Amino acid sequence: MNISLSKIKTNNPITNIYIGSFLFSLAIFDVFVYSFFNLNITSFLPGNLNLFFPIIIGFIGLSFIRMEYSGIKLIDNINKHINPSNFNALLTLLIIFTVLKAIPPALSWMVLDANISGDTKAACTGTGACWTYIKVWFKRFMYGMYPNELHWRINSAFILVIALGFVGYFFKENLKKYLALYYVVIYPIIAFLIIYYLISGGAFGLVWVETGAWGGLSLTFIVSFFCLIFCFPLGMILALGRRSNLPAVKYVSICYIEFWRGVPLITVLFMSSVMFPMFLPEDFFMDKLVRVIIAITLFEAAYCAEVIRGGLQALPRGQYDAAKSLGMGYWKMHIFVILPQALKLVIPGIANTFLALVKDTPLIFVVGLAEIAGMLALAKTNPKWLGFAMEGYIFAAIIFWIICYAMSKYSYNLEQKYKTER
Amino acid sequence: MNNKIKKLIPQILTILFVVLIFGFFTMNAQVNMDNRGIDFGFGFLKQEASFDMQFTLLDYDGQDSYAWAYVVALLNTLLVSFLGIIFCTILGVIIGVARLSQNFLIRNSAAWYVEFFRNIPLLLQIFFWYYAALRALPLPETAEPWFGVTYMTIKGYYIPSMIWENLNVFLSCLIAAIVSIIFIRIYARKLQEREGKQLPVFYISIGLLIILPLLSFLIGGVKLDFELPVLKQLAKTSFIFEGGIALPPELIALVVALSLYTSTFVAECVRAGIQGISKGQKEAAASVGLNPNQILKLVIMPQALRIIIPPTTNQYLNLTKNSSLAAAIAYPDLVLVFAGTALMQTGKAIEIVGITMLTYLTISLSIAALMNWYNKRIEIKEK
Repeated sequence: MNISLSKIKTNNPITNIYIGSFLFSLAIFDVFVYSFFNLNITSFLPGNLNLFFPIIIGFIGLSFIRMEYSGIKLIDNINKHINPSNFNALLTLLIIFTVLKAIPPALSWMVLDANISGDTKAACTGTGACWTYIKVWFKRFMYGMYPNELHWRINSAFILVIALGFVGYFFKENLKKYLALYYVVIYPIIAFLIIYYLISGGAFGLVWVETGAWGGLSLTFIVSFFCLIFCFPLGMILALGRRSNLPAVKYVSICYIEFWRGVPLITVLFMSSVMFPMFLPEDFFMDKLVRVIIAITLFEAAYCAEVIRGGLQALPRGQYDAAKSLGMGYWKMHIFVILPQALKLVIPGIANTFLALVKDTPLIFVVGLAEIAGMLALAKTNPKWLGFAMEGYIFAAIIFWIICYAMSKYSYNLEQKYKTER
Repeated sequence: MNNKIKKLIPQILTILFVVLIFGFFTMNAQVNMDNRGIDFGFGFLKQEASFDMQFTLLDYDGQDSYAWAYVVALLNTLLVSFLGIIFCTILGVIIGVARLSQNFLIRNSAAWYVEFFRNIPLLLQIFFWYYAALRALPLPETAEPWFGVTYMTIKGYYIPSMIWENLNVFLSCLIAAIVSIIFIRIYARKLQEREGKQLPVFYISIGLLIILPLLSFLIGGVKLDFELPVLKQLAKTSFIFEGGIALPPELIALVVALSLYTSTFVAECVRAGIQGISKGQKEAAASVGLNPNQILKLVIMPQALRIIIPPTTNQYLNLTKNSSLAAAIAYPDLVLVFAGTALMQTGKAIEIVGITMLTYLTISLSIAALMNWYNKRIEIKEK
């Protein structure tokens, strides 16, 4: 990129700005009109020149505009942010043109030519997306094969669990010391009981729904929630074990962590579904969902342990020495001095682990649990609704993207918050 | 004495706990296998596998043994990982550098690229490419050629295959070039340390890499022919490409999804690495009188690479582990072939899942060991 256009430039900066902005706007207008209204205003030019016309014109225009200081705010901003050099100008033009070209087809596929009315495949007549398919299958994607009239049970269970999660904020000062106890021990147990009795039922007059019927996005939440609350304490123990002075404890922890971190989740799931039943007593039956949750918990605990270990290592040695000099033993020191500080440090890391966990849950599809990816595969092969794979995957991608993006932004905010406090 | 016992008890308890769990599992496994009439052993590896694989790098058919099926499947896994690593590195470096661009549009497009591909589960991305995007490709008979000789169709990507004559001469020339480059590098370093002279090592290396293989064509009798894929009609409406290499859509979907997904993480590593170098380093190097190329080569890159390489290797490892998602779209990788088909046929759950996990574990641990060694070598030696 060593094209110098300074020779064409006139000496008067105002003239340069007028010529440059005219050429630049002309280039953008040309592409805009062509992609939105399919109107080729430069069709009189020969083939290749017609194609490259906007790029050439825009490039010349931008190089006319480029100057040290023009006095006009807009021009100065353009020069500073999108037009600092020839190479940058070219990339800028390419990005603007790509976006302009991509908008009309995407818009017409997703909105203008799409169908959403009706309840059958016949309603989809346009060339665009068939959102009717999503509308009809929406409940299946959310709740799996769970009976339609019982969906309120899943909803209320989730609302209860989330509400209980916020209870900690309303603890009075004198109860604050039990906060950790609440979140690490009591909350998981209550949440487990709520989900067990409300969603699977079988008591208090609720109909029993077997786990085979669970599915869709709610299963994603159930699996990732349980894995998170169970893997956290286990990870904490492993992290302490890895930093222990006792060789046996240390090496057992290291072996555990390195083993689980070294194998892919999919083999762990295979193990839970085909190998694990062999290891259990003969007449002992364990539900597939429970086995999968145990497997993912064991797997994530290793990652969790590494995150917590990072927090433990980040604490200055003085904290340990100070606690010891007060005569505290190992457990007293860790529970009252080390862990409260270390855990605060690793909250963003834990949030990231949780994010990875949510992104990993669709994998349970390979052992036959109909999570949202599984429901999509089911819907895709339904003879009444063939040929809408694209809509299904885009819908699932949007849902997951919103969840994961929100979580990653939240964990980033946490990171910033705790960064300033130290 | 008291202290010793205090230290001993938790250790004994831990070991007892581990031994008990293993013992419990082994005992149950023994009983279960006895009841079902399965015996433990690796003898099945020598038996005939009697299943077919869609896509293999080495010769394989149903009459080969399970052990050979394992090797072929492992190679398929490594192929996906290798291609994925190459593409994700290229993409990741470009995006990572673009995220630091002074151009507003480039910076933000790169940021959105990262946010977009990072926050969608990999499995969904693979499914999207395989079931939605690649299914929209043309049939073989209507496919337009790409770059003149390759064809992207719904049945896969057809590329010309190379037919070599005297391939070993060519390869030995290539190896000779690489070995001589290594020696020249060592010599150049010594020369610089002794006399302060700098050899243009980079240009010499490029020259050697081009000239030596070229010589093998001119003198060594090496010949290279291309076999182009040709459209052939099987039946009235069924067409197929013959000749050349056919890359199945499973492989393409997997490589595309893996490299797009992992490139976002590589991009973040690259960005962090470049941002981790303080401006003072650049200024200091300039004030010593180095030119911009030397600054980049001798001051910035060595320091940035120290930050970039360890997390990037971690991402490569993740990519290799994630390539096991191939099982979900029936690409014949280690998990699908061995932990899927072979397990169904033999019923040797413990042995087969064990071998599969051990394979991944070996790959992970050896790369981790390599990384530790590298970290030790490059770490800043402080007094």
